[in-house]
Amino acid sequence: MQKSVGQPINRLEGKLKVTGAAKYAAEYDVKDVVTGYVLSSPVTKGKILEMDTSDALALTGVIDVITHQNRPKLAWFDIQYTDMDAPPGTVFKPLYNEKIMFNGQPIALVLAHDLETARYATTLIKVKYEQEAFDTCLENNLDQGRNAKKGFATLLKPPPPKPTGDFLNAYEQAPIKTSTSYHHSAEHHNPIELFATTTVYEGNGKLTIYDKTQGTINNQLYVANIFGLRYKDVRVLAPFVGGGFGSGLRPQYQLFLCVMAAMHLKRNVKLTLDRKQMFTFGHRPETLQNLRFATDINGKITALNHSAFAETSQFEDYTDPLVAWSHKVYPSANTLFDQKVVPLDVFTPIDMRAPGGCSAMHAIECTMDELAYKLKMDPLTLRLINYSEVDDSSKKPYTSKALKACYLQAAEKFGWDKRNPEPGSMTKGNKLVGYGMATGIWDAYQFPSRVEAMIDKDGKFILNNAVTDIGTGTLTVMTQIAADELGLSMKDVDFRYGDSKKPFSMFQGGSAMTSSTGSAIVVAAKELKVEIDKDLKTITVTRAVTAVAAGKIINPKTAKSQILGSMVWGISKALHEESIMDENLGKYINTNLGEYHIPVHADINDLEVIFAEENDELINELGVKGVGEIGLVAVPAAIANAIFHATGKRVNNLPIHFDELL
Amino acid sequence: MNNFDYTKPLSVEEATHLIDQNDKAMFIAGGTNIVDLWKYNLSQPDALIDISALNKSEAVIPLENGTLRLNASATNAETAYHPLIEKNYPLLSKAILAGASAQIRNMATNGGNLLQRTRCYYFYDADVPCNKKIPGSGCPAKDGYNRMHAILGTSEECIAVFPSDMCVALSALNAVVNIEDKNGKRSIPFADFHRLPGNTPEIDNDLKKGEIITSIDLPPIHFTDHYSYLKLRDRHSYAFALVSVATAFKLDNDQLSDVRIALGGVAHQPWRVKEAELYLEGKLANETSFSAAADIILQEAKGFKYNNFKIELAKRAIVRNGLMALHPETQLPGAQPSA
Repeated sequence: MQKSVGQPINRLEGKLKVTGAAKYAAEYDVKDVVTGYVLSSPVTKGKILEMDTSDALALTGVIDVITHQNRPKLAWFDIQYTDMDAPPGTVFKPLYNEKIMFNGQPIALVLAHDLETARYATTLIKVKYEQEAFDTCLENNLDQGRNAKKGFATLLKPPPPKPTGDFLNAYEQAPIKTSTSYHHSAEHHNPIELFATTTVYEGNGKLTIYDKTQGTINNQLYVANIFGLRYKDVRVLAPFVGGGFGSGLRPQYQLFLCVMAAMHLKRNVKLTLDRKQMFTFGHRPETLQNLRFATDINGKITALNHSAFAETSQFEDYTDPLVAWSHKVYPSANTLFDQKVVPLDVFTPIDMRAPGGCSAMHAIECTMDELAYKLKMDPLTLRLINYSEVDDSSKKPYTSKALKACYLQAAEKFGWDKRNPEPGSMTKGNKLVGYGMATGIWDAYQFPSRVEAMIDKDGKFILNNAVTDIGTGTLTVMTQIAADELGLSMKDVDFRYGDSKKPFSMFQGGSAMTSSTGSAIVVAAKELKVEIDKDLKTITVTRAVTAVAAGKIINPKTAKSQILGSMVWGISKALHEESIMDENLGKYINTNLGEYHIPVHADINDLEVIFAEENDELINELGVKGVGEIGLVAVPAAIANAIFHATGKRVNNLPIHFDELL
Repeated sequence: MNNFDYTKPLSVEEATHLIDQNDKAMFIAGGTNIVDLWKYNLSQPDALIDISALNKSEAVIPLENGTLRLNASATNAETAYHPLIEKNYPLLSKAILAGASAQIRNMATNGGNLLQRTRCYYFYDADVPCNKKIPGSGCPAKDGYNRMHAILGTSEECIAVFPSDMCVALSALNAVVNIEDKNGKRSIPFADFHRLPGNTPEIDNDLKKGEIITSIDLPPIHFTDHYSYLKLRDRHSYAFALVSVATAFKLDNDQLSDVRIALGGVAHQPWRVKEAELYLEGKLANETSFSAAADIILQEAKGFKYNNFKIELAKRAIVRNGLMALHPETQLPGAQPSA
């Protein structure tokens, strides 16, 4: 039988998705369902003094309004609210008390016969607040920066590595050096599927919950712990997830509110957040990074210093892993790394695709470009001079690292040799042309998981696992692997997933159990071209080539889709995406898809993906590595470097607004 | 969203009568803006009078005197792709197609396009003070994030911009807005239709409660050889203009005549400066001339913390679009700068 691994198989569930037959969390037709709507706090910090819900309750169709004043009794201990991905600190508990800790905090839940009534009723609730002074400005509070508290999450996101050598002395003595700051705006998760939960009240303490999540078991445990239910009586299902990207790694507040309402009313309840409310929880944090790199006259790196500040909330210490990456890629005898969290009056950030890595590598790879210009050296040559087969930060060999092949294949495909390094020297009609390159790196995470297999009476293999398919092609790829392993055709394998009743899986997207014998990474080289109008400075990324080394590729089609999608996100991060915080109001102000810009078709041109062959026998039996994040990591730096090449201007703040080039 | 009554009258007379009966009634046509405003709790009509069926005539009607009349109920898409618009008023077609998305243009009407509200972040947030929403409550945009805001014609009370692309072209083309109410008909020249914020920023334009825009007239001057619409924004489609320019002129022996330059994204109304257009009369169509005209247009421009760049950007855009208008065939989809 022909092996299916390595074949570009179409997504098995693709037809269901494009025809609308696939059901998402808010789309289940459950009987006599009550619809909820959340009232969000217009105040950033303070206390609720009074709440008058009488007008809302008097509205025909309204069933109940739940606030901190009348909510059902809840679990007592903070620990019961925690989840597998909770950063150190105190988990946010919705409707817990009168305190307001961030703008948009849910302060009431209206339950009604339909969405329109529930939404309107929220506007009839009268609230009196005592407002307190707040601070949402990272830049003004750098002196408040401190080390992140330690907790369970520290295992996944260790504190910055200890210094090696003598950075200050080496930097002082070095003939070639840079010192540059980089600022990144916050970004909010905006998957097409809004956060939503449908809770089916089964009676006898049993619940069936359709939830938008990347971790069915994570949310099952969360619900059972808070509401005092038996694990086996709580079933969380997420057969289709309309975009995860990290947003579903933690239970979001609509899950809590929906379940609370269902328990309270003893009825089925549905709750969807609106687009504006998508800006009231986890996000990629705003960051400020300072980098000082030095080389000898031949371009060999002698000193690396990366320090970073990232916002977090007042109640949890989220860490975006920012500062350790440079030493994972480039050897250096002298290193100094430091990262601080700055607590602000905002909600806790959360992982977003390539968390930390894509922000950090932008800064690192732009610094490398700066060094290349100081050395009058081709940026690709500089990378090759500092190439290593050993991870200098851990002194372990990489399990595999076909980065050199990536550099060379991307360069050849792109035509890097046609680049005239002189900034502003390449033109085309009214356009300044710029070529830029950058390196991408990401940890090759693995997570523990258990699959249960059965054969049905027709001889079909049924495999069960709680994992979700967040659109990456998990179902297809798992079916391919199983079919080959069992010597069956794919149609004889039925992989069942997205259900907390099935055997254990960590949430999809996070946990690390990296190989202990080596440093497991996935790498990429990116080369791209921008065209910038000579007068008006409008920027277009006209072409991008990514060469990726990610071990064995199970399904070239779904893997390529992952890389293409993340390249688009990279363009978005570099040129478009930002949550704009108004410091006077303490709130994000561009909270809709008209004003929170992501690329549209007109912004995306020629994208090419190459998979460099990589045979990794150490990482795992299959030799596979994840490809979800790697496509994004190098794009922002490659764009910023290409913009410098085209214009001679370095813009170190993302997103880059074209008018900064005027 | 509150409960509301809905009626769909079939005549202007009936529609104006209905609105007269109810202070909290509003007209709706395409609904592409009013429904948003409603969902955001910025508008709470208790009755909707749907005027999309009032005028069953063609999207575009040629009048005997050469004027081309745009049906106010026709959609933006019908108008932009109409053969007579494409042939005789290509500037208008290009400007419409630079706006919104295909889906929105399929719903939005010509009349409604004139009446869309500003996209100022602060106006759109019901929880935030704004003089346009609640007169006297303040303007957080002035000291806030004002990247998208106005540099011309601002007031202490308001620095919002009017977001339309279509109207920038209509302004350049000297269109006329035809209006009816229960007392009869009147016409307003386009330049007088939209207001500056002054100390009444809550009033966007001169349309009064109970009045309906029934049509928009385009005078019989066709700029078919020299015209261009340029739109500069943070992504290449589906974003409002930071600066846009509609330019049209005639050329006689290389000399400019009947020059029209209207700016979008810079003020509370499409912005035209007669003095600059007159200055260009008889001048050569080159960088020097357009640059001098741009200086006149932007003489009074005043930026705020985050939108100072618009002054220089607008200047360059005026010059570039003047040159692009010499060769309309170089225009790219989305009104991008020529390649």
